[in-house]
Amino acid sequence: MSNLKFKLVEGTRSAALSIFAHGFRSFLTTLGIIIGVASVIAVVSVVQGFSANISQQFDGMGTNVVNIESYTPRKERLQGVRAKLTYDDYLQIKYRVPGVSDVTPTVRMWGSNAVITYRGQSSSSMIVGTASTYQKLNTVYPERGRFFNLSDDKSRRRVAVLGSSIMSKLDIKGDPIGQHVAVSGEWFKVIGIAEKRGKLFGFDQDDFILLPFSTTRALLGGAEEPDITISLQVDEPSQLGQVKQHIKNLLRRNHKLDKDADDDFEIATADQMLDTFDEIIGSTTLVLGGIVGISLLVGGIGIMNIMLVSVTERTREIGIQKALGATRFDILLQFLIEAVFLCLLGGLIGLILGFGAGSLISNLTGLPSATVPAWAIILSFGFSAGIGLIFGIIPAAKAANLDPIDALRYE
Amino acid sequence: MSKQTIIELRGIAKHYMMGSEGFYALNGIDLDIYLNDYMAVVGSSGSGKSTLMNLLGCLDYPTAGAYKLKGTDVATLDENALAGIRNREIGFIFQNFNLLPRATALQNVMQPLIYRGLALAERKQRASDALAMVGLQDRMTHVPNQLSGGQRQRVAIARALVTEPAILLADEPTGNLDSSTTIEIMALFDQLHNDGQTLIVVTHEQEIAERCHRVITLKDGHLMSDHANQVSVKPLVSGIATHV
Repeated sequence: MSNLKFKLVEGTRSAALSIFAHGFRSFLTTLGIIIGVASVIAVVSVVQGFSANISQQFDGMGTNVVNIESYTPRKERLQGVRAKLTYDDYLQIKYRVPGVSDVTPTVRMWGSNAVITYRGQSSSSMIVGTASTYQKLNTVYPERGRFFNLSDDKSRRRVAVLGSSIMSKLDIKGDPIGQHVAVSGEWFKVIGIAEKRGKLFGFDQDDFILLPFSTTRALLGGAEEPDITISLQVDEPSQLGQVKQHIKNLLRRNHKLDKDADDDFEIATADQMLDTFDEIIGSTTLVLGGIVGISLLVGGIGIMNIMLVSVTERTREIGIQKALGATRFDILLQFLIEAVFLCLLGGLIGLILGFGAGSLISNLTGLPSATVPAWAIILSFGFSAGIGLIFGIIPAAKAANLDPIDALRYE
Repeated sequence: MSKQTIIELRGIAKHYMMGSEGFYALNGIDLDIYLNDYMAVVGSSGSGKSTLMNLLGCLDYPTAGAYKLKGTDVATLDENALAGIRNREIGFIFQNFNLLPRATALQNVMQPLIYRGLALAERKQRASDALAMVGLQDRMTHVPNQLSGGQRQRVAIARALVTEPAILLADEPTGNLDSSTTIEIMALFDQLHNDGQTLIVVTHEQEIAERCHRVITLKDGHLMSDHANQVSVKPLVSGIATHV
């Protein structure tokens, strides 16, 4: 065993000498591995960072929050039919479903309505009418000022809570609290600025304006009732199934749906969304992993090719070594170690480059910072070493099986 | 005077196939080589010199016959055992030096000691001693193409000697050298002989053969003659040998 260890050490020493003697060639040889590993690490680090961030956000929401949205199947949507959740649905759920609290209606203003103006500056933004309980369900708290309360909503006060990005978008100078902004032509008094949440996938999460629900409803007015979203908190997580069923029955009755008709609404929990999200992340990672696996395979073939050339080129050296007393195994080990060493070196460079690229991508696109999990590092190195072994064995065997007399005579 | 036998060849034959026709490169060679022999193998090209060399150096197996090296029948050994014999008992010196091109003189001389399993420090020590013996103590870190032909051959000789082999096999050792370097190398061989080394030199040059103390001649795979040379002591050459 100590004999093998000695041979491994000597093999590594000679592999390092040989690799660094042809520095540029070795670099080109491992380029496939470098690119392969770098892309694995870049992708994994970005996806992992993103996923960690999402989970964190969902944690903030609490797993017993339920969201109800209208749902129109594609076919019907093409026919111009649109399902809707109405204020009446909201009231029914609020007063008829037991075991729920903080039932919150949310309505969004779209198109030409979603324009805000401040001292001649106009901009479009996400304008949401909602109740005071919104802050609890969505963990949006004011950093300055206050959130609107029940009385603001009841008396349809024209007050607004701004996301922090609105300040710079509208170029609001000085203390924004108490100033007025116009939303779809009506003046609203700013009473609060929400805490900064940052960017996600380049999407600014602080670009919004929250208005009291009843005010917004009045503002939209008109003949048609707006489609709303209803969020609520289930008091007892174990009762979640029951509550969902209850809401479902109630909405179906309210919407006068036939027995065999599909739901025209969707009830989603934060847990479900998290699961869906995990699924997406998982399959994305798998697909990318497959692509990267192919690139590593191509890299491995490159390594084999160069090693075969190298064996031919060093035929005479191999003959000399055999004349000096090297056994078949010595030669086999020498070339195998060289291939593995080359791949591991490529893996290491790829790891560094990949993490660098991941961090760069995160910084440039406003994604959460990249993290490289330990399993990705181990996998990359394991894969690199495996490729070295698999694709090194043929050249190494070719070298080991050379006849010493022929090898010495090789020109 | 009893002489210790190192190599004993009995009825050695080597058969080759060239296309569909076979021929004997060696045919029934009987030969004894003794300790401290200084032997030249001569013969025209195709006479079987190289084949004999390869067999003596344990690089090849005979088709028939027995080969005993220090009492061991090497014709029956497997490849790994032969590699071990080459490492311990044989020192090769080639016409074209056959140094590892990217390795320094020191690394070249250390190479056979790796297969012996010696630790780095001991390898270094023994290799630098061997290089000092051939007068290259200040060329240790040079790679082959920074060395002259004569220097390269001396590195090769140091590499052959560093394992303290039973026999030194030189195949046309001066074939690629000019005449003055040839004299230096032969002087070195003389010195090694005087130090007790067993040397076998394959050559087609008459002057080289004449310096050896025993000359065997091969022709068409047969041993034609085997005679002792009356070599007078050459003080001039010995003088050179101590300087190089």
